[in-house]
Amino acid sequence: MKRLSFLGAALVLVACKIDARNDYLGDKEPQRFDLGRAASAAEVAAVDIDVTPSGAGLPAGSGTAAQGATLYATNCASCHGANGEGKPPAYPQLLGGPKGSFDFASDFKIPRTVGNYWPYATTLFDYIRRAMPLAAPGSLTPDQTYAVTAYLLNREGIIPDGTSLDAKSLAAIQMPAKSHFVVDDRRGSTGGKNVR
Amino acid sequence: MKDTPITRRTLIAGAAAAAGGALIANIGEADAQQKPAAAAAPPPAAPQAPADPTKVPGSPTTAVGTRSPFVNPQRTPVGEITGTSLAPLQDLTGTITPSDLHFTRIHSGVPTIDPAKHTLLIHGLVDRPMEFTLADLKRFPAVTRTYFIECSGNGRAAYRAPKPQMTPQQVDGMFSTSEWTGVLVSALFREVGVRSDAKWFLAEGGDSCLLARSVPVSKGRDDALVAYAQNGEAIRPEQGFPIRLVLPGYEGNTNVKWLRRLKLGTEQFMTRWETSKYTDPLPGGKVRMFSLEMDAKSIITSPAYPEKLSGPGWWPITGLAWTGRGRITRVDISVNGGSSWSEAELITPLTPRAPVRFQYLWKWTGEESMIMSRAVDDQGYVQPTMAQLKAARGPGTDYHFNSIRAWRIARDGTVTFEAAT
Repeated sequence: MKRLSFLGAALVLVACKIDARNDYLGDKEPQRFDLGRAASAAEVAAVDIDVTPSGAGLPAGSGTAAQGATLYATNCASCHGANGEGKPPAYPQLLGGPKGSFDFASDFKIPRTVGNYWPYATTLFDYIRRAMPLAAPGSLTPDQTYAVTAYLLNREGIIPDGTSLDAKSLAAIQMPAKSHFVVDDRRGSTGGKNVR
Repeated sequence: MKDTPITRRTLIAGAAAAAGGALIANIGEADAQQKPAAAAAPPPAAPQAPADPTKVPGSPTTAVGTRSPFVNPQRTPVGEITGTSLAPLQDLTGTITPSDLHFTRIHSGVPTIDPAKHTLLIHGLVDRPMEFTLADLKRFPAVTRTYFIECSGNGRAAYRAPKPQMTPQQVDGMFSTSEWTGVLVSALFREVGVRSDAKWFLAEGGDSCLLARSVPVSKGRDDALVAYAQNGEAIRPEQGFPIRLVLPGYEGNTNVKWLRRLKLGTEQFMTRWETSKYTDPLPGGKVRMFSLEMDAKSIITSPAYPEKLSGPGWWPITGLAWTGRGRITRVDISVNGGSSWSEAELITPLTPRAPVRFQYLWKWTGEESMIMSRAVDDQGYVQPTMAQLKAARGPGTDYHFNSIRAWRIARDGTVTFEAAT
């Protein structure tokens, strides 16, 4: 009995000791761990390539559809076709989808192209700059990227011949498909059983 | 008789590997290239085993283990730079997908990344733009959690052009589950000081298309992970080595692999993968975007094509059920094409945004039957029939194909896929 209470006292002591430690967090997380290192403005700028619909992120520079036609033929046509018809399913059709009706839910074979499906023109610039051309992504200059973007938009009848596309004019473009897009509307605020 | 299960599995894997390439190239992922990438490994020569293994010494230990030569599960690689490789659901048990069989969807090849040079930059609407090495990330408190990842294009072939000769792999093989280990995005958000006006963040990968998706900041604060390990070891290159984003329950594409950058902003960035792709055309001239959560779904993985039931008697009906919205609460089984339903046994733990393995012991009388599973989640959502889904979304819709899947069992025991539920 005496032994047991001695053991109990020892345990209490150990417990106090553990509580008093200040080199162990347990489940108490601090606001910061002071890990990682500060990124400089130049380091951020080197990879900060995204472009939003407001035009934020678009670089200086400009290009026309005529300039873009030459670049398209050299860099894009081998996969996407001379007239943007693509080689589905590997290489998507870019141009020439049907316009007027917006009935893609009726038939998955209706081509979804820049002119009839893309809701934002800035996405074109962002994607070309990120990922194209496939074999040499990132190889086009800002001027060239504006020019290819202008070519695709001109071929889809969204900007007139001769338009010089730059940060301001690209962000101002209203795409025909935009009004059809809705953000996820499957559930009401109370959850629900509906299949939508 | 003892060899029957092994023989059956080997046959299934072989048939899936052989049929997969052609099928998926024709009707699968819209932008997967047509030709099969690397041909699946040739079927190994028939394995030999001693007549009595207890009478001869076995083989020595090895540095890296291999599967028994009697089993040969295979994915179905299609496409060279943009491509898919589907997980062999019919060969798997439990809920975890072995890492080398995890489905793969790539948009610009699998990059080779030196982990010592890879960093994660977090910037934008933050107090302190910061860069983290892999070693930095491993010093944060780790969490280990089991989650599924499902490509939102999963089930496209079964929706658009179903065939009776489709395996579970071909129907729903863009679905896999791993035990992921990493650091909570919420901890990284605290480290950089995310500002209160940040509502969306861009997650960008380090592959050659710099795949990027917009994610609600609330998801980052909730349960998102930057994962560096999968099933007890470093993440495989095809799954994002050295780090990937894991967004539990969200469509696969948002779980950005080879993660290199998070940028906090006020609104969606509207990348190509959330506008031109991964958007869902709907009746009435609508397109749904940011349909991020995967709805409840289930599939019977056995009996399934190309199995053949050897005769009447007890057969376990087993498969997987999951929901991106929470927990599965019930899986119903019908053996008569949906005329009546019975509750299946859920034989694995019910944790949020992880699949559950279900089982239903069925006594097959030898009559023609149609078996199907129906998942119900904790929000009361019931997995829809194909007819309900098509009515709601139209035959030309895209992504989120979660209708009830069925298998027909003929009198001779042959099993075929039936999409029309």
